[in-house]
Amino acid sequence: MTLEINSQSLVPPPVRAGDFRPAIEWAARRAEPLAIALFAVLVGLAIFSVFIAVLGKSPLQLFQLMYAGGFGSWFSIQNALSRAAPLLLTALCVALPARLGLTVIGAEGAVVLGGVAAAAIALPIFGLVPPLLLWIAMGIAAMVIGGIWIGLSGFLRHYRGVNETIASLLLAYIAIALMNQLIEGPLRDPASLNKPSTTPLSAEYMLGKIPGMDVHWGFAVGVVACIISYIVIEWTTSGFAARIAGGNMRAAQIQGLPVGRLIVGFTFLAGAFAGLAGMIEVAAVQGSANGSLAAGYGYTGILVAFLARHNPLAIIPVAILLGGIDASGGLIQRRMALPDATVLVLQGTLFIAVLFSETLYGRFKIFNPDLWKQPETSKGAA
Amino acid sequence: MTKLMSVTRRTFLKTSVAGAAGAALAPNAFFSTAMAQAALTVGFIYVGPKDDYGYNQAHAEGAAALKSMAGVTVVEEENVPETVDVQKTMESMINLDGATLVFPTSFGYFDPHMLAMAEKYPDVQFRHCGGLWQEGKNPMNTGSYFGYIGQGQYLNGITAGYASKSKKIGFVAAKPIPQVVQNINSFLLGARSVDPTITCQVIFTGEWSLAVKEAEATNALIDQGADVITCHVDSPKVVVETAAGRGAFVCGYHANQSPLAPEKYLTGAEWAWGNVYTDFVTKAQAGEKLGNFVRGGLKDGFVKMSPLGPAVSAEARTKFEATQADMMKGGFSVFRNGLKDNKGAVVVTADLAEDAIELESMGYLVEGVIGSTS
Repeated sequence: MTLEINSQSLVPPPVRAGDFRPAIEWAARRAEPLAIALFAVLVGLAIFSVFIAVLGKSPLQLFQLMYAGGFGSWFSIQNALSRAAPLLLTALCVALPARLGLTVIGAEGAVVLGGVAAAAIALPIFGLVPPLLLWIAMGIAAMVIGGIWIGLSGFLRHYRGVNETIASLLLAYIAIALMNQLIEGPLRDPASLNKPSTTPLSAEYMLGKIPGMDVHWGFAVGVVACIISYIVIEWTTSGFAARIAGGNMRAAQIQGLPVGRLIVGFTFLAGAFAGLAGMIEVAAVQGSANGSLAAGYGYTGILVAFLARHNPLAIIPVAILLGGIDASGGLIQRRMALPDATVLVLQGTLFIAVLFSETLYGRFKIFNPDLWKQPETSKGAA
Repeated sequence: MTKLMSVTRRTFLKTSVAGAAGAALAPNAFFSTAMAQAALTVGFIYVGPKDDYGYNQAHAEGAAALKSMAGVTVVEEENVPETVDVQKTMESMINLDGATLVFPTSFGYFDPHMLAMAEKYPDVQFRHCGGLWQEGKNPMNTGSYFGYIGQGQYLNGITAGYASKSKKIGFVAAKPIPQVVQNINSFLLGARSVDPTITCQVIFTGEWSLAVKEAEATNALIDQGADVITCHVDSPKVVVETAAGRGAFVCGYHANQSPLAPEKYLTGAEWAWGNVYTDFVTKAQAGEKLGNFVRGGLKDGFVKMSPLGPAVSAEARTKFEATQADMMKGGFSVFRNGLKDNKGAVVVTADLAEDAIELESMGYLVEGVIGSTS
């Protein structure tokens, strides 16, 4: 969605004696996306309240439960963070290609195959190597396979003119079929009678919890991946080139930028992160690859990425917010006798509100220092 | 309890501390709640929607049976995936709702999810549907329950055998796993007890819930001449409606689907979880120990049949009722000595009663089933 190229820095410009103007302008520019996103969320919640009121339930009670279930206690916060962990990585799988102007929605396929690849590479070496080495091998296998899967969509887009949105979605179905074939066939643990799975990892080979928290290491990995992605996109020349290509593909080609390599490279990286999410599901949660890998994380990641406007750093709070909403969904079902779909309606309402809020950018003078000059000057300039 | 612990060997403790603590604490916890006449909070977790006309509805109906019991509060959550989500849902029920007895009803909730929570909350009782619990391997505050629903599919088969004119019946199956394979075989064997020339074509969709493929499979079976259809998928709704829409008879599964096809519905193999849950909760309220490995069939009230539909002939009704009465005595063998698989090999070498352990690792399709598990 964000196709504009900005070189705004995270760090405010140095304040020279008596001249606060650059710092104020910097703050105004940074405040715009925050304020608009917040406004969109509030509008979304307001629309949702009407929906709840129409159902004859109290929106106030609902929001109280949402707070209690998602963020109201240490247990609830950990619950939200656990659920956010896979979303951080799958959202990157959508956000990174989006900066190149590509809409990739097939992260689910990379998650599933990443998980299967991780489990497959663990089978022959499991027990022979120390846990750390096993995790590295699993991570690499998952990232390579996930990267190839999404990179294939990028490749088809650039070299064969195939729509990457459709290609990645269809590839996700192929991935799930491949997983079923593998875990019910060659990779199946004969002991898994009624739920076909690969041979499970034993406890000492499982990625544990972050010390002091009941949240597995996948969350930390996801946060690091978001920070790395931010650095790559904002602070490296390939990131800059990618943003130019995202702004105008033709212009980038005329400039001589390696557009094909950028597309394949960034879709590969995106798929690698989603593949890593699959590896973490296997190594930190499931212990084996099985049908539960296709839990929809790839699709929720689309929502997270769009809400974060494809900014890798913004993905972190948005994923936690959605993790919290998800965590509170159960409490809402149990206490208010509302169906599970309530939370989906809320997510959908927020999604639409944020999409519509895109039209608000650049409309408020307060966030646009370029419009702050005297009216007559600006008229003259125009 | 402290004394018991101090005399127990450390290595033994390591593996069984969770179970021992659970077993020792649980009656205490239940005793105190009973004394106070306070609520026993029971948590139910479903993998799909509660109104799916199938697997989840059967459990939700069972849970609903508890709601009229004095002192019992039921908390339910639907559409919970078999990921860290279900672990957190169990914890949330325990921490925020005070649940002390939890029923995670989906097969995939057991390992690692329920086992992890059982270790973390040794004074909460967990009972899982599917029959996976193993003594000595799994904690004592966990357990499993399951029913011999193959008996119901055999009775389905009897009504199908009488109703079929083409002598071809069809089965829409999710995955080629033992529980499903046993149902397919039982359905055919029931039909063959009426007419030994009947064949049953099976189509595996590969997923527990995949409406489009289920409709395609149903249509394909009918196109190939099958005139009675049954299934083993999470929600039989699509299969029942599609088959009845095409004019075929249907036998139900999991729950009663007769409202979806009142004219074409012969009967159905249903779970009777209300009995099972009522039994667990009554024991829990009385402070008794809950069973760890609980199973039963028609005789034990774990499984029941839908009322026979209008299309069932008098002859079929007589045979159905006679067989059902035999099954109610216990020990009825669906799988008999000398039974062959559909490749010609003899796979059963002794009459197997409903509780025979061999039935739980069944990988073959019997003679007369057209299809393959791989």
